[in-house]
Formats: sequence, C-alpha cells, structure tokens
Amino acid sequence: MVKSAPVVKSVLRKIASILLLLLAVLVLNFVLIYAAPGDPVEALVGEMGGATPELIAELRATYGLDRPLWQQIGVYLGNVVQGNLGHSLYYDQPVTTLIASRIGPTLLLITTALFSAIIVGTILGVFSAQRRNSTLSHFVTVLSLAGFSAPVFWIGIMLILILSVSFPIFPISGMSSSDGTTSTLGYAMDVAHHLVLPALTLGLIYLAFYSRLARTSMIEVLEADYIRTARAKGLSRRSVVYKHALRNAILPIVTFAGLQFGQVISGAVLVETVFAWPGLGTLAFDSILRRDTPTLLGILFFSSLMVVVMNLLTDLLYRRIDPRIKTS
Amino acid sequence: MSDRATEMPTPPALPTPTTVPEAVSPTRQTWQMFYQNRAAMLGLCILLVIIITSIVGPLLYTVPPREMVWMPLTPPGQSEYLLGTDYLGRDLLAGLINGGRVTITIGFAAAVLTVLIGVTIGALAGFFGGWVDTTLMKVTEFFQVLPNLLFAMVVVMLFSPTLTNIAIAIGIVSWTATARLTRAEFLRIREMDYVKAERSIGAGNSRLIWRVILPNAAPPLIIVAALSIGSAILFEAGLSFLGLSDPNAMSWGRMVGDNRPYILDSVWGVTIPGLAIFLTVLAISLVGDGLNDAINPKLRQR
Repeated sequence: MVKSAPVVKSVLRKIASILLLLLAVLVLNFVLIYAAPGDPVEALVGEMGGATPELIAELRATYGLDRPLWQQIGVYLGNVVQGNLGHSLYYDQPVTTLIASRIGPTLLLITTALFSAIIVGTILGVFSAQRRNSTLSHFVTVLSLAGFSAPVFWIGIMLILILSVSFPIFPISGMSSSDGTTSTLGYAMDVAHHLVLPALTLGLIYLAFYSRLARTSMIEVLEADYIRTARAKGLSRRSVVYKHALRNAILPIVTFAGLQFGQVISGAVLVETVFAWPGLGTLAFDSILRRDTPTLLGILFFSSLMVVVMNLLTDLLYRRIDPRIKTS
Repeated sequence: MSDRATEMPTPPALPTPTTVPEAVSPTRQTWQMFYQNRAAMLGLCILLVIIITSIVGPLLYTVPPREMVWMPLTPPGQSEYLLGTDYLGRDLLAGLINGGRVTITIGFAAAVLTVLIGVTIGALAGFFGGWVDTTLMKVTEFFQVLPNLLFAMVVVMLFSPTLTNIAIAIGIVSWTATARLTRAEFLRIREMDYVKAERSIGAGNSRLIWRVILPNAAPPLIIVAALSIGSAILFEAGLSFLGLSDPNAMSWGRMVGDNRPYILDSVWGVTIPGLAIFLTVLAISLVGDGLNDAINPKLRQR
C-alpha cells in the first residue's frame, strides 16, 4: 500500500501529459483547417456541393467563424469536449456516430494482428537467439529484411492473388458474407474466416519487426552477467532461458508495442483499404475520395486517442513486469 | 549481413599482412568492409540500376505513360508493349520508368527533410539540455503519438497533392527517430574531453554543435539517413496507393492503387509496380545494413 502511492502519482502525471497531447492534436487540427487554402467551412463540412446558403450561415454561427480567431479555437475545443467532432455532409451524420460504428472491426483487426505478431515473433526470436547460425536464425534475418522493405498493401494484394484467387481458400474482401440469418457462432466463424488474410498481412510486417527485436534483445540478455551467474549456480538450461532471460528480453518488446501503435493504425488504413474491411481505415480512404475533411480529422483525433491509451496500458504493463521501475 | 558481427566475440580480423601493412584511412577501411559484403554490394548494384533507369529511361523509352496506347488489359509479352497495358490501355513499362523518377525523387527529398528536421531538433535538445531539451522532447513525443499516415493524409488532402506537399508531409511525420538518435549521440559526445577542450579555447555554441560534435556523431546518422530513404519511399507508395498523388505524375504506388479494382483481370498491373517498390526499398535496406556493419562492426543495430 505504501508503495502504490508513487505509482498512482506517476500514473496521474502520465494522464495529465496525455490530455496535453490530445489538446495539442486538436489545436493542430484547427490550425490545419485554417491554414489550408479555401473556406474553413468547406474543411469543416466536406465537399459542399449540396450545401444551401442557409446551412453555410448556420455552420458559420455554430463554429463562430465570424468571431476573432482566438475565440474560434475556443468554440472548436468546446465542441469537441461535448463530443462534437463535426458533421459529415456526405453521410449526413455526426462524425462521432460514424467513427463509433467503425471502431469494432478496426480494433478486431489490429489486436489480432499485433498480438499474433508479438507472440509468434517472440517465439521465433527466442529460438533463433539460442542457435545463431541455424536455418531459423537466417529465416528471421530474411523475414525482417523483407518485412521492412515490402509495401504492406502490396503484400495484401499478393496474398489475395495466391490465397483467394489461385487457391480460393479465403474470401477476397469484406468482413462477413452472411445475410444475418445464421447463428451467432456461424457469424463469428464467418468473420474469423474473413479476418485471416487482413490480419496475416498486417501481422507479417510486425512479425518481421518483433522477431528481429526479440532475437537482438535475447542475444543481449544471454550475454549478461546475471545469466552467467544463473548458469554458474547450476540451473538447468530451460530455467535459465525461460525464467531468467526471457523475462528481461521481453521488456523492449512491450515498450515497442506501445510506441508503434500509431504506425499499426497507419498500416491498418492500408490493409483495410485492400480488403474492404469495414473499419476506420476504409472510412478514412472513403473520406479522401469524397473530400470529407471533418471525418478524416475526426479519425485522426480518435486514432491519436487510441495511441495514447495504448501507451498508458503498456506503461502499466511494463511496471508490472519490471519491478525495478518502481524504485526509480 | 549484420549477423557477422554478432557471431564473433572480437572484431573481424583484417587479412594478415605478409608485407609491411599499408596505412589505411578509416574511410577506406569502411569502404573495404562494405565492398566485401556481398549482400550490400548486391543492394548497391540494384539501386544503381534503378536510379540510372529512372534518370535515363524516360529519355530513351518515350512512350507516354499516361495515354492510351494499346488495347486495355493486354497481358505482358502480347504486344510491342513488353509489360502489357493497364485498364486504361496505358503502357505499364512506361509507367514503371516514369513512376520510378517520381517515387525516388520524393523518397530522397522527404529523407533529406527528415534528416534536416531530426538532426536540428536532436542536436539542439542534446546540446543545450534543460528546458530546451524538455520542450523539444515533448514536441517529439507529440509527433510520435500522431498516427503518421493519417496525419500525412490530412495534410496532403487539405493542401492539394503536389509533389512538394507530399515530400513535406512525409518529412514532417518521419523525423522523430532521427531526432532521438541525434540527441543521444549529442548527450554522449558533449561530455568528451575534446569538446571540453574546444570550449575552453573559446569555441562558440554553433561551432561546437556543427563543426565539433556533429561530424563525430555522423556515422550512425548516415545509416539512419540511408534507411529513411527506404521508409520515405514506402510512405509515398502508401499515400499514392490511397489516391493521394500528384494527378500529373505517375508513381509506383499509384499504379498499384489504380489497378487494384482490376486485380482479377490484370494480375501484372498490381504485381509489377509493387515489386519495383519492394526491390528498391530492399536494395536500400541492404546498403543500410552493409553501412551499419562497415561503420561499427562491433555494434549490431536492428
């Protein structure tokens, strides 16, 4: 109980800095809208083909566009705090409603891909670190090189060509092909079937990264003094590798899982577009086609929110697995 | 490849000299190690071929890349247009050659910008420390949190997709890793005796930063700069795949994006441009890894 006080304090500090970061994202959004060429109303409602003068006047009032700039930013922030990220004229829906309807599929895709990549990557890395000249070890090197170099959308397209067209094992696109009459279990199986290729595509890139990271980290740890000590006192190889080395080697993996989440979302945008996966990524892609700026800005803000929440979670996880951090 | 250093407890031995050893400058020694690295040399050769093709190619192969020249969706090898045509009857080879120019130019420009921003911010933060460091690192953290592709999408969409805007957008979202590395190097080097000596004879801050510390921090930064060209090319490919490319220019990512709806009728249309991106970035990664091994044989970076 005594020890938990500093933890709470540092978590609070972390949350304060998160709020500051989100505020900065909003201010940046605002600056971009006003710095961009054209009328800010257009940036706020998207393509205004069907907008009547009355609607434009109403929007000007809503966003306080007739007032000085410093008041406008206040109005904008006030709207966001009340959950109003703007209105998409194309869909004729509030941006928040649109985003809420797309979060589920994106989270499903990202978590499946990232967790599989981390687990398989750690296993590959740990095994290849112990046999540094083995076929597996060379495989990890080649995989990480290819994973860094191949465009993720192209990997997706190649997987479709092989596993959906040449050998029709998986569906080409979408999230489900059922018409809603099937049972819940049937629906879940159907979604899982559709999930394989997109998750594999996104996962491969991160598998490449995490297997390399786990390998480097494991090699470093295995050379540390405390491992020599563990060996010297006669512990079995299993115990040395899995109880002593792995626990330490896993720390950078946790750190990077948090740091990289923003890039994972970016990858998801491309992968969702390739597979027409109905998440935030396809929504972002569609909003480019339709010049639906408020939706795109809303997605940017919401994704930043997901990144900081993920950072906070990995930070807490890190504290659990690395007891040293509590004292510092 | 980069494993070589891992396997050996001691630095790789140079060939045992039979005669009096010739004095070898560090630069020359680095080049020799690079030269002996087969993977890196292969990467360099591929890269040179791609760069030369995209410079000279459009002059020699003058088929217009954005005009209909033949029956749409002609497979490779069935017409005078070697790689076939896309859904609009445009020559794929012409697109590949001209698109390479755009892709590589944007890649280089964005990488230069990435390094300029990253090194400046990292150098100032690491050199001055204190509140300068705290502020600049907050800014860095902010750009790390921002989902980079989405942010670049917003910027390019709001400010029209010209080549300059795309390069700037990529530069703005990519510099954080370079800044962190530069900062770490500056923190380490600024405590060195030779830096203190320079300071004691009256060298000013700007001399210390640019003339004394930066040259000594250069080796790892060169590697990061090389690799950031690869990342920038991938980034540009992603943006243009999503339709955010200059409407007046071909690019490899855009070719994949354009042909994607016709994936079943034109396997070549999506495969070949993607392969070109893959090969280019692979070549850059190989060169980067080779430089890494040559510059610091004892350290393995990634």
